[in-house]
Amino acid sequence: MPIINIKKMTKIYQVGLEEVHALRGVDLEVEKNEYVAIMGPSGSGKSTLMNMIGCLDTPTSGLYELNNINVSEMSDNELARIRNKEIGFVFQTFNLLPRSNALHNVELPLIYAGVHAHERKKLATEALEKVGLGDRIFHKPNELSGGQRQRVAIARALVNKPSIILADEPTGNLDSKTGDEIMSLFQKLHEAGNTIILVTHEEYIAEHAHRIIRLRDGIIENDQRIK
Amino acid sequence: MHYIHELKEGLAIAYKAVMANKMRSALTTLGIVIGIVSVTLMGTAIEGLDRAFNTSISKIGADVLYIQKWPWFAGDDWWKYRNRKDIYYQDAIEFQRQMKGVEAVSYGAGMGSGKGIKYKDNIMTNIIIIGSDENYVKTLGAYPEIGRFFNTFESDGGRPVCVLGKDVADGLFPKEDPIGKYVKANGYNFKVVGVLEKQGSMLGLFSLDSRIIIPMKQFVKIFGNRRSVQIIVKVGDKNKIDEAKEEVRGLMRKIRRLPPGKEDDFAINQQEAFTKTFETINMVISIVGLFITGLSLFVGSIGIMNVMFVSVTERTKEIGIRKALGARRRTILLQFLIESAAISLLGGLIGLLIAFPISLIVDQILPTAMPLSIILIAIFTSLLIGVLSGILPAMRASKLDPVEALRYE
Repeated sequence: MPIINIKKMTKIYQVGLEEVHALRGVDLEVEKNEYVAIMGPSGSGKSTLMNMIGCLDTPTSGLYELNNINVSEMSDNELARIRNKEIGFVFQTFNLLPRSNALHNVELPLIYAGVHAHERKKLATEALEKVGLGDRIFHKPNELSGGQRQRVAIARALVNKPSIILADEPTGNLDSKTGDEIMSLFQKLHEAGNTIILVTHEEYIAEHAHRIIRLRDGIIENDQRIK
Repeated sequence: MHYIHELKEGLAIAYKAVMANKMRSALTTLGIVIGIVSVTLMGTAIEGLDRAFNTSISKIGADVLYIQKWPWFAGDDWWKYRNRKDIYYQDAIEFQRQMKGVEAVSYGAGMGSGKGIKYKDNIMTNIIIIGSDENYVKTLGAYPEIGRFFNTFESDGGRPVCVLGKDVADGLFPKEDPIGKYVKANGYNFKVVGVLEKQGSMLGLFSLDSRIIIPMKQFVKIFGNRRSVQIIVKVGDKNKIDEAKEEVRGLMRKIRRLPPGKEDDFAINQQEAFTKTFETINMVISIVGLFITGLSLFVGSIGIMNVMFVSVTERTKEIGIRKALGARRRTILLQFLIESAAISLLGGLIGLLIAFPISLIVDQILPTAMPLSIILIAIFTSLLIGVLSGILPAMRASKLDPVEALRYE
């Protein structure tokens, strides 16, 4: 059973009086433990597809089954639950809470999942240790380097054991050396059994994945296994 | 179960948010602090007024009827009462003889002491001389602090004895024991047999301690027989007042020889008259006072709402992150509500901490205490204000679209 099953997905936005057809019928299947990169120029619908996959929004029409759950027509509250349990986000701009330390940032998904304080601390600490930040759990984001912040974000993405890790230009704000470190980390996570969806416009980042999907004008133009 | 959990998390988030912007939080809280201080002090002052009134009024006695020519609140009809026949000493005696079924009947007539009350080299002026009988003490609501009131023998015999009000005694006998000494009133000598305990002033109008009480027969000797007299009836049982009032009316009409159908030519006054009037005044003062101070609280709450709106906008990205990670609308709503409620409640508590010592200072001038009800109302109101002020901003926060919010810079 594919972990992501998308059939005939469309998304139309109302911008003033204009209708924007961001997605015009996308079919996509991703199996568990795949490592997929989604590429496309601006306006291709790449960000929209990412928002759909991440359950941040629902499609105008079409089917989206995530981990065998039909999320195409869920309410905001139901989507929030799904995001909490099934999706691990990693953003280009890290998106950590600036006034909380690393530990608290990683605890956040657990808080919303209703996990109790004692258990939460344990799981969060473990996640931070897994990404190599066990000795910095009380540091605030402004006390961490870019690479370290992104690792905190990755730990946060992992902590609830999601179905998929969704990374949007994860190295966009990092220098090339740190970027490489982060990509190695993703490699490790893939080898550990996680399903990784990478959204990028950099060719050399996409090449770390095992499958590249190219979007143009709201449909999939190309879908190729590279490893 | 889950709610307690969310509450704890909400409080932690609220604490961080308040601490992050200390100056702003302090200024916002200040609005509520000022509001709560004004409202609680107003409530305390009203309570003080209430107490002062009740203390004064208790000197009249809830179960005492005062029969006199004038009703206490004559109002616009005073011309009606001006022509009434005075009540004289003879009427009072006759009434006293015939009235049954009450605890005590007394009478009193009062005149200013023109030449003052003298003892040796001390003189007290502006003292009222009251002529009465031995029952007067029962109607007073106060008892002799030292010595005793004059007795039946002294009253019937018109003996030249007197009972002094506390201020008179203190003024004439600063270092001596007054009992047994002779004072001169309007040229006549009286032996002091007792001094009344301090009674204070009647509604701030006149002092009950600047009096000297002598037997009526002596009073008549000094001032003559045609003075207006007040008949005082102590009913004894508060529940029988209305019954007693009717009996009194019947007896007075008989004594004054009023034919049936003719209006009373006397008034039966009771404490209730004051109480009713006071209650109305008190209610008006309370409503107006609390309304005006309430306005400052309202302004404070607008301040909170304003700051919360700004806070929500500032934290748009943060809200987006939280939603992306799984926070539901209700969670975000609760988070901001708790924040505004916490700011408001903090303001309320600080306000109480400031107002309480001030109320103790006020107590020195006007005996009062901050009523517990006001304290509870203050706490509850600040909580309520926090929730009401925060609800619109919190709703806006909860409705933010996560995609848009995440893009916000």
